[in-house]
Amino acid sequence: MPRITFDQVSKSYGAVEVLPPFDLSLDDGEFTVLVGPSGCGKSTTLRMLAGLETLSGGEIYFDDKPISRLDPKERDLAMVFQDYALYPHMNIAKNMSFALRLARVSKSEIQEKVQRVAEMLNIAHLLERKPAELSGGQRQRVAMGRALVRDAGTFLFDEPLSNLDAKLRGKMRAELAEMRDTIDKNMVYVTHDQVEAMTLGDRIVVMSDGLIQQQGTPEELFKQPVNKFVAGFIGAPTMNFVDAELVDETGKLWVRGDGFALPLTDADSARLSSAKDRNVTVGLRPSSFTADLTQGAPIELKVVVSEYLGAQSVLVTRCGAAELLVETQSASPVKAGTLQTFGVLTDEIMIFDKSSGLRL
Amino acid sequence: MQTANVNRLTPYLFLAPAAIVMAVALLYPIGYMIYASFLNWNPSQRIGEAEFVGLQNYVNLLGDAAFRESFFVTIKFAAVVVTLEMFLGVGLALLLDRNIRGMSVLRTLFILPMMIAPIVVGLMWRYMYHPSVGIFNRTLKSLGFEPIPWLSDGSWAFASVVIADVWQWTPFIFILSLAALQSLPQSAMEASRIDGATGWQQIIYIKLPLMMPVLVVTLLLRLIDAFKVLEVILVLTNGGPGLSTEILSLRISRTASEFRELGEAAAMSNYLLILLIILTFAMFAYNKAVEARTARLRKAAEEDL
Repeated sequence: MPRITFDQVSKSYGAVEVLPPFDLSLDDGEFTVLVGPSGCGKSTTLRMLAGLETLSGGEIYFDDKPISRLDPKERDLAMVFQDYALYPHMNIAKNMSFALRLARVSKSEIQEKVQRVAEMLNIAHLLERKPAELSGGQRQRVAMGRALVRDAGTFLFDEPLSNLDAKLRGKMRAELAEMRDTIDKNMVYVTHDQVEAMTLGDRIVVMSDGLIQQQGTPEELFKQPVNKFVAGFIGAPTMNFVDAELVDETGKLWVRGDGFALPLTDADSARLSSAKDRNVTVGLRPSSFTADLTQGAPIELKVVVSEYLGAQSVLVTRCGAAELLVETQSASPVKAGTLQTFGVLTDEIMIFDKSSGLRL
Repeated sequence: MQTANVNRLTPYLFLAPAAIVMAVALLYPIGYMIYASFLNWNPSQRIGEAEFVGLQNYVNLLGDAAFRESFFVTIKFAAVVVTLEMFLGVGLALLLDRNIRGMSVLRTLFILPMMIAPIVVGLMWRYMYHPSVGIFNRTLKSLGFEPIPWLSDGSWAFASVVIADVWQWTPFIFILSLAALQSLPQSAMEASRIDGATGWQQIIYIKLPLMMPVLVVTLLLRLIDAFKVLEVILVLTNGGPGLSTEILSLRISRTASEFRELGEAAAMSNYLLILLIILTFAMFAYNKAVEARTARLRKAAEEDL
């Protein structure tokens, strides 16, 4: 299990640069998730790592060994594809054992390995079937099994759950999370779904427009996003952004916007004192609102819609011209169309530069 | 009641024109041919005057060494050309299934021979095979080799017609194979690369098996065509020297026009027809089997969901 290092790796198709040079290093035995909207370059990054795409510049190292000129098979990795990429003419056992058969592993060893993995994934009864005879979820497991049988040093996943329906995806996600803890390998996982990223990743790399926006643990990304993009991408429901002005009032900084004024914490006030009187974007997570007014600074919101999700409800509210999402407990129902005062947890307020989007 | 009847008849009414054309253009000649094959019929007679001889023509043919030779030449010709064409066509497709600059021009060039009228192909090759002024022998001579009796020696003549046919019809297999290759699932190819397959292993274990349904149909289409080949050989050798290149369709045409045995020619055509029908049924059966299999698989998969 090597440590993987991208050194100034870049990718262009003709004159179009899809990935400007970037550095990235993935620790040994880590589950890394590359996440971002479609077209952000995450799949290209993975495919370069797999050897399915050539690099336009830079080098990838496994430990200290450059690998960008090696064939995929010389890189000791296994991959799960978005559309599973099973071989339609082979039965499941043959699909799973293809790599081993090519590597001339002995018959008995192949059988033992396939059997063990098939039992682990609950597909042992399907070994004689062809891929066309399986349901989507079963195919997904077979694709996973084919990668696991290999016993490779690095596992690559290219949006493996995106072709499944919501319920099955949730189930497979949980199984993957369990697998992550039992199998001690490098895993690189590409997805556009931030929930998958948050639940699976030891470390998440958020990408957008070919650039790495931020990398860190799920908690770091949620609590300390470096810019507006990451803050908006991570977390569900998504963060609210409203324009405001930083003003100094009696030695303390406030953000004042259309229909609201919220005080900053002392720490934030001190840190942002130089940014006084600037126009900024304020980020408020839907979970930063509370119905308990003793806990936060008051803000008055007009409730437009209440979306009941079970134990929790998401309120679509209006504050001036801006629309804000608020997460509340369904136990204390709020009527749509009413004016309601909520508390804002001031230590969770995030301030972003209005033009660059960087967090201040 | 009345309208219901009319309504039920409507589809047949619409089908009628096509059915009539089919009957006149297809069934009538075939029926005529089958009937004629039971007659001892000379072209100077009208069909009504010909003597009915039952299966005599068929029996005679089975005992006719020249016919058997012709039948054998036809089968040998079809087997050899189709085998060569399959290997070359599929091989070329595997080689050219990639993105290189100018590939589309190259592909177009490759399929040109197929577009040339067979008579022209025959004439072209006859000039190239010409013993003294043809390009092959002139080249051989200028390189210091003995000229080859391309069309005047029995085994060389067979090879020569095979070469001409392979030249013309390999492109057919090439374009069908290329189309099959390009519709293969890309991700399965990538998966096999990750699994460690070399280029050859990819071809043998992944590409060829996945192309197989297309290849089987292509093979049968080419076989059926090869059994009916006439023009190129007619122009190149006219069946000679001896009977070395006298394929069945050539013999049929000579039996009718030179030997003036219309009944026997019809019986010969029917033998060829029977052979082709067997091949066509084989193709049908194969298609049916594949369809049934897919249907069964789909049903099984749906039950499992």
